[in-house]
This record gives sequence, structure tokens and C-alpha cells, in this order.
Amino acid sequence: MGSYDAIIIGAGHNGLVCATTLAKKGKNVLVLDAAEAPGGLAQDRAFHDGFMAPIAHGATAFSRTVADKLSLKQAGLSFSGSRSTTALDADGAHVSIIGETVHGVDPSETAAYKTYRQKLLRYAKVLDLIWHNTMPRIGGGLMDALIYARGGLKVRMLGKEDMGEFVRVITLPMRDLIDEVFSDPKLQGLLSWDGVMGSKLAPRSPNNAVMPLLLRMNGESGGDYQTPKGGIKALVGALVTAAESAGAVIQTSKPIKRIIVDGDENGQRATGVELESGEVFSAPIIVSSADPKNTFFKLLGAQHLGIEFTNRIKRLRTNGYVAKFHIALSDAPKIEGVEDLGGRFVIAPTFDAIEFAYDEAKYGGASTDPVMEFTIPSFNDSSLAPANQHVLSANVMYAPYDEKSGWSDAARETFTKNILSTLQRYIPNLKDITIAHELLTPLDLEREYHVTGGHWHHAEMAVEQMLMMRPTYQAAQYETPVPGLYLCGAGSHPGGGLLGIPGWNAARQILK
Amino acid sequence: MKKYDAIIIGAGHNGLTNGAYLAKAGLDVLVVEKNDYIGGAAVSRELEDGYWYSSCSYVCSMMRHVIHRDLDLTRHGLVLVPYLGTLAFGDNGTILTSYTAEGPNYNELKRHSAHDADAMFRLYADLERYSVLIRKTLLRTPPDPTSFKPRDIRELLFLAKTFWDLGEAELYEYIRFFTMSAAEFLDDYFENDFIKAVMATPGIIGTALGVDSPGSAYILLHHVMGDVDGNIGAWGLARGGMGAISNALAGALKEHGGEIKTDAPVDQILVKNGKACGIVLENGDELYADIVVSNLDAKRTFTKIVERKDLPPGIFERAENFKIRGSSGKVNIALSGLPKFTGVPDNRYINRGGQAFIGSMETLERAYDAWKHGTWSEDLFIESVIPSAWEPTVAPPGKHWMSNFIQYCPPQLADGPWTAEKRDAFGQTVINKIERYAPGFKDLIVHMEVRTPFEIENEIGLTEGNIFQGELTIDQLLFNRPFPGYAQYRMPIKNMYMCGSSTHPGGGVSSACGANAAREILRDLRKPNTVPEDDCYDD
Repeated sequence: MGSYDAIIIGAGHNGLVCATTLAKKGKNVLVLDAAEAPGGLAQDRAFHDGFMAPIAHGATAFSRTVADKLSLKQAGLSFSGSRSTTALDADGAHVSIIGETVHGVDPSETAAYKTYRQKLLRYAKVLDLIWHNTMPRIGGGLMDALIYARGGLKVRMLGKEDMGEFVRVITLPMRDLIDEVFSDPKLQGLLSWDGVMGSKLAPRSPNNAVMPLLLRMNGESGGDYQTPKGGIKALVGALVTAAESAGAVIQTSKPIKRIIVDGDENGQRATGVELESGEVFSAPIIVSSADPKNTFFKLLGAQHLGIEFTNRIKRLRTNGYVAKFHIALSDAPKIEGVEDLGGRFVIAPTFDAIEFAYDEAKYGGASTDPVMEFTIPSFNDSSLAPANQHVLSANVMYAPYDEKSGWSDAARETFTKNILSTLQRYIPNLKDITIAHELLTPLDLEREYHVTGGHWHHAEMAVEQMLMMRPTYQAAQYETPVPGLYLCGAGSHPGGGLLGIPGWNAARQILK
Repeated sequence: MKKYDAIIIGAGHNGLTNGAYLAKAGLDVLVVEKNDYIGGAAVSRELEDGYWYSSCSYVCSMMRHVIHRDLDLTRHGLVLVPYLGTLAFGDNGTILTSYTAEGPNYNELKRHSAHDADAMFRLYADLERYSVLIRKTLLRTPPDPTSFKPRDIRELLFLAKTFWDLGEAELYEYIRFFTMSAAEFLDDYFENDFIKAVMATPGIIGTALGVDSPGSAYILLHHVMGDVDGNIGAWGLARGGMGAISNALAGALKEHGGEIKTDAPVDQILVKNGKACGIVLENGDELYADIVVSNLDAKRTFTKIVERKDLPPGIFERAENFKIRGSSGKVNIALSGLPKFTGVPDNRYINRGGQAFIGSMETLERAYDAWKHGTWSEDLFIESVIPSAWEPTVAPPGKHWMSNFIQYCPPQLADGPWTAEKRDAFGQTVINKIERYAPGFKDLIVHMEVRTPFEIENEIGLTEGNIFQGELTIDQLLFNRPFPGYAQYRMPIKNMYMCGSSTHPGGGVSSACGANAAREILRDLRKPNTVPEDDCYDD
């Protein structure tokens, strides 16, 4: 039993950001997490004796604003700076991108890439204001409308030509966006991967790719792959340090049974949480960084919500399509023509390779020819593996949450085999150095990390589930229909990825 | 040499509408057409003795009433005959009849799913509300969001207000509808896969998207926002075939003094001192006019009949990147008798409306997958109608004419260009599928015309045979159609306009594009506006 000003459910990065921001303003904050260690999907996972890997293997878009406001630098956080992303080619003719430079393509493509990137960065900058603010409700007050007016003005300030172009490209499918500019198939594959990664999208799917892409490009590195120095754990560590030095209390291994709601027919209010152990903590403010479906249906209970609201949360699209794959390696992998293994590697050779991999997932099958990105995180964080040994961390698509056999052993085995044989094509010594491997399907991620649908982003980053509609209206301003209960996770605006923005926006909204 | 006030290139329904309105305003108008018949894709042609083929478009629902009335098209011979229902065929003998009448429709749905029978009321109500909003924009010129002109600001405010007035909850529902896939949108309503598939089919007709592609829910709306006599969502036939629409529009045009010249393919638009001043025909004849209006699609207009040097920089590239993808085919069949469909007692309702050969949601999506691979599915989606079963003017007595629209058919095949053999193989796939549902069907075939995107492009001039003159995705709708900055029918060359479906509000036999373009032209000429801005029925 204990009493606090605010209780944060979940010590993932957004929960920690929210806790720190509240604690800095003098709130007495308690953070509770079901897992043994804080970090949620950013924590390292021991998958084989002596080998670990973070579920999220990049922090490309972590918000600079949030890092500054929370003084994370003082808490020990610094970033690696831009790392290269390499589109692998089976014959060693790789295409590699860093900043505005592309290697391995025709000079005309290099010039085109510079223009393309500058254009997207301009658009990303326009949206910065939108990401770092609570999206007001439509029909709210004058001050609320001001955000929209300022956003509109920013778009208008792009100038006539650019504004028209912005309005046009914002809903384009990756394939059209890229096909207009580039003709190199490998570059096409690589760039469209960056738009569809993590979503139920393929290069030909309209409407939902560009906005999340611009969100990812809003980070310090402009969309280039980067990690914190010392690995993802350094980010979690800095967040924990910042939270604790601001006075927040973090307690792990504390799975929550329910959010306590008091009240009668005249009104209700969230007043605390009850743990699985029966322990009760109370606070006038409960903030959940769990995904919306978990928060509303498992922790709160639909009986506290109106039927329309319940229906809207129920129909949220939350099925994940990405599997996580880890390999323990006895030696450094050899990739022909690649010396720096500290970057990110993408296996998505063409538009069609991604598209056809996706097609199978539509009918509940895992891709026979999967597309993926992988990193060797042990190059940036040697504590992940024993000396001179390594781990490979891959995000593999498409692995539908609702796989038709319910991810039977046979299905997992086949998918594992397909992932390994794909990787083998590019890493010839893979077989010899593989010690162990682990497949985490979205179903596994759901079970182990309490994320509905195993979706990284807690809910699909689609237009109809973004901005003032994330996760749905009446909860998009971090407040929920139950007074005292707030959301601060990736299921809130602006959304998923290691951003820290939802947690920060939510805290500021609570403090208002 | 005579000089016209305006020359319109292409005697499709929008070109004729545009011409009719300009002529009505007193302009001296000439419409030139490359074929020896008018109508473009809205035609009736006697390709077999006594059989009148609506060889491209086959159903009428989007025609704006106010234009119908305004141009007095009834007097010029246009009569619409509404559908009363449609039969949909699924796998394993599943059949769903959609009736216009609510009671029978409910009972029929209940046979498949009681839950979905109730949900259908909700879907219809929602679709009707969404339609009413879009319909308000059809006969208006889209505002330029980058402009500070009072008229653009007024129109933008009109749009903003229209949306704002919906209220918060409703607005978000609209955004969902505009951006989601048909499959996910329908998941909110139905549990039965076949009912979902039946309702999803309008979401893929004419587009290079699948039922599972975001954006297909809007296409669905585009197909159901039309009406017959104010009955939103209803479809109808034009008596005598779709050519009746073109003929009526031509009648109106001529009545107001306009001329039509067929067999006159255009080689290029004449541009002098940065101004369009006429056209050159392929035979070398030059025709002059103060204004040139292209009813061709945006890609064809700017890459084929305008010289690149006459264009400001960037426009040619925009036209090249304009998304106009071939995805549909058409098989028109003359029959010696009415086919007998298995599981349909007494051919019930064959004589009242269409037939849709569907299968399941997966069949539809897999047909799209095949298209992506540059081939066609063995299990295609076919939307058919036998107009002669209830509108006897298009076939000899006792005989029948059947229209089959097919989704999907690729514009280019993975294994090389279309040939006569491949085209026939495509046709065989179609009739094989129908034969499955109507044994003996093949024996009734008297004559068959198979049209792939290749034929449609060559004969009608629609790039890749795209029925909408450009994909209906958000990046090509409203003020983005055809390109940002050129959505108000004026083109980058002075005195040149566009009036085809590449412009707002897009494809469908609606006449709205042609009418809207005429309004802008008259505005530039400082003539009194003769073109209506609002439709009847909705308010």
C-alpha cells in the first residue's frame, strides 16, 4: 500500500519519459512494470547463454527535444551519429546510404537522392510542431484551433510549388514516391523498406507510408540509422537515471491486475492500481504506457466505458506483421565487400520482393522469401556477447500475428528455415558461426511483452489511427473517458518507435 | 480559314458536355473525334447484326441530374432504366441476391447471416451520408489551397465548413472511410466473408488497388455515390445502350449550334507565343480556335499532343508520373438465348439487374496479386449484366447481349506484349468462369468481343485502358487532380483547358468534369455562367 501523485503503468521508454517529466515538476511518481527490468521492448533479452539482444535495435528517431528537456545527456546518453544503411546484394554489388550520400549506384541516382532526401526533410520539419504537441480535438476552443492554424501556416510557408507537392506526396505509396525519382532496383527496395517497415503495408499500398516515414526522419540523424553509444541499454539506463534522479520510484516485477475505479452512477474516477499480488497503490493520476487495448480491456475493463468508445478501441488495428530474429554467432559474420559491420543491413532487393513477401501475409502465411533488416548490435555494445563473439538482430517481414496455423511448430520451423537461408545468401559463413537462434513472432511478442497483437507501435500507424485519432478520439489528448486515467504509450500521438514523444506530450498534458 | 471560338478534342461524354455548355453560352464550338463514331467509352455499336454493344461502360448511375435536366437530355432521347437487384455468385453454390427493396433484401441477407442483415442497414445509412458530402463537391471547381484569391479562399472555407459541420465523431469516421481499405472498412460491419466480398467489389472496379489496399474504401464510395432518380446507390441502364447518353449530349450540342467532326484524329495542339490557337489533324489540316479543350487523359494530352517545348518545365514529367494504370478488361458477348444459372430458380432476377461472379474476399485479392505479376487470375472477378433481359432494344427478339466487366487485366504482360492469342486466352478464362455458374453458357455464344487494356487504349485512347482517366487515389483527387496547381481545368498553356475524367471529380459517366471545365472557360471569357453548381435531390 502506498500513495503517490501519479502511477505510471509500464517502465518502457515512454513510461520513463512521462515519469521523469512529471517528477521534475515535483510530482511524487511511482513506475510499475511486470518485467524484471525496466525498458519494455528496449531492454536487452538474453536468448542464449551469454548472448543478448535488444528487441528494438535502433534509436533512429529518438526526439532531440525530449532528450534535451529531460537532460538525458547529463544522465549519460549520447548517440553514435549516423551509421550507414546497406542494401545487400547477393553478388556483392551493395548499395549503401549515409546522410546525403549513396554508394553503389549511378551518379545520377546519387544526385536524385540528395534532392529527394532534402525534400522529405523539409516536410519532416514542417510536421515537427505537430509531433511535439497534443493534437487538439476538432471543435475545441480557439487555443486548440491555433495548433492547426500554425501547422497550416508552416505548410503554407513551404511556398506554392512545395506545398502542392507536400499535399500530393503525403498519401503516396512508397512505390510511387520512389519510382518517380529512382530507377536502381536495389535503391528502390531499400528506400521503400524504410517506409513500410513495421506496418501492414507493401510498396504499392497508398495513404499510410509517408507520414510515419516523416516522423522517423524527424530525429537528429534525419532518418539515418543510429544507436546510443553503449547500445540501446544505454538509452534505457539514461532514462532510468533521469527518472530516479528526478525522484521517481521504479518498481519492477510488479504485474498489475487492474486499474481501480471508484465512483457511482454520478461519476467515476481512476484512483489506483491493484497488483497481481494483491498489493494496492493509490494515486489521483494513473498513466498507462501499455497499449490501448490492454489498458482499456485488460487493466480497466469495458464496464467503465461507453459502448461507442469500446467499439472504437476494439476495432483498432493492432496486428503486428514483424518478427524478431536473433542469432548467437561464434565469430564475426563475413559479408562480401562490407568492412564496417556496425551499420544497418537491409535485404529487400526490389519493390516486388517486398510486395510479394507481403502478399503471402495477407492470407495468413509467413513470407517464403522474407524481407528484413538486421544489425550486429554487439559491434556497438560488446556486453551483448562473450568476447569476440557476436549477435545478429533482425526485423523480419512479413510474419502475420494471426498466422493461419496459430504459429504452429511447423510454421515456426519453416519460417526460421526461410530466414536463415535468406541470410545465408548474403552471409556465406553464417552456417559455420551460428550457435543458436531465436524467433519471436508477433504472437510471442504479445505473450512476453504484453503488447496486443505483438505490434511494435501498439497500433498500426495508419492515417485513420494517427494524430487526433490516435488511438481514437476521446483518448487522443492522452486523457481517457475515465477521469484520472491517462495514456502515454506508443498507442498515443505521435506513435510508435523509440521516440519518447508520447510520454513527454502526455506528461505535459497532465501537468496542464 | 474559319476560326472557332473553341475546339474540343475528343467526343466522349465529357467533351460533348463541355461543348454543349459552351455552345449554349453562344460560342462557336467544334468537337473533333478520332473515331468514326462519337461517345468515346460511352457508346452503343452494332458489332453483330441486331446486337448493340455498349462495348466499354455499361451502367449509368453517376450522370448528374441537373445536367440531364439542364441540357434536356430526355428530349434528346436519354431514358434511364433502373436495376432492381443483382445476383452475386460465391464459392460452392453460394448465391446472394441484392434487392433494391429493403424487405426482401433483409430476408435474403439473413439467410447468410442475421448479424450482417442488421449491419447492412448501418452500412447503407453510412454510405448514403458519406455520398451526400462528396456529391456536394462534384459540380464545383476545386479550390487551389496555395492561392490567396478570394474565390479559392471562399471555396476552401466551403470545404472546411462542410467537413466541420459534420461534427467531431462523424469527421473521424469520414477520415477512416477516405483512407482505409475496403476490406478493413467492411470488417467493421460484416462477419460473413461472402457478404463482405459482394460489398467490396465496387472498391476495386477500374483501379489498380486490391480490396486489401488502403484507399479502396473511397473507390467503393465513388461507385455507389451515384443515383438513379435520386435513389443514391442505385444503378441503371441507358435505353439503347450507353451510346444513348453520348447521342443525347450530341443532340444538345447540335441544337445549340455546335459541330462534331469524326474521323479527325489530332496530331498536336498549335501553340503560338505561349497561347493555344488551334489543332493540327493527323491528315495535316489545321483548325484554328481561341480556345482548345482536351478531353484526353492528362498523360496522353501532355505527352502525345502537346509539344514538350511548349510546356513550362516540370509538366511533362508530371504527366509521365501521372498514375493511370490499366487494370480492367471487358468481354462483350452476343447470345442466342438467356443463360441458365445454377441455383437460380426460373432465372429469377436475371431480368432485373446484374450478375457478379465473385468467389470470396481471397479470390478478389488473389486476382489483384496476379495483376501485380503481370498476368491474370484463373478466377477473375466478373461483373456482368444482360441488358436485353429487361431492356429489349439492344438485341434481336429472343436473343441477348451480355456485358462482362473484368477485374483485373494487366496493361502489359510479364511475358511480352499482348497478342491476339493471349487476348483470346483471356476471353476464354472469362467464359470458363461464367460456364461454371451457368452450364451450357458457351453454346449460346454467337459473337464475342474481348477487350484488354491494350484494345481499350488503341480504340478509345484511354491510356492503358484506365476507365477513370487516372487512378482515384488521394494524391490524384480534388485539388491534386490531375496535378497540384492545375486542378481548375486551366492548363499550363494559355487558352488551353482540360475537361476529361483526369480532372475533378474523376471517372464515371457523370458529365461533371466537362461541365465544370465549361464553367471555368466561360469565367475566363467573362461570359455569363450557364453551368449549374449544385445538384438537385440532396438538400
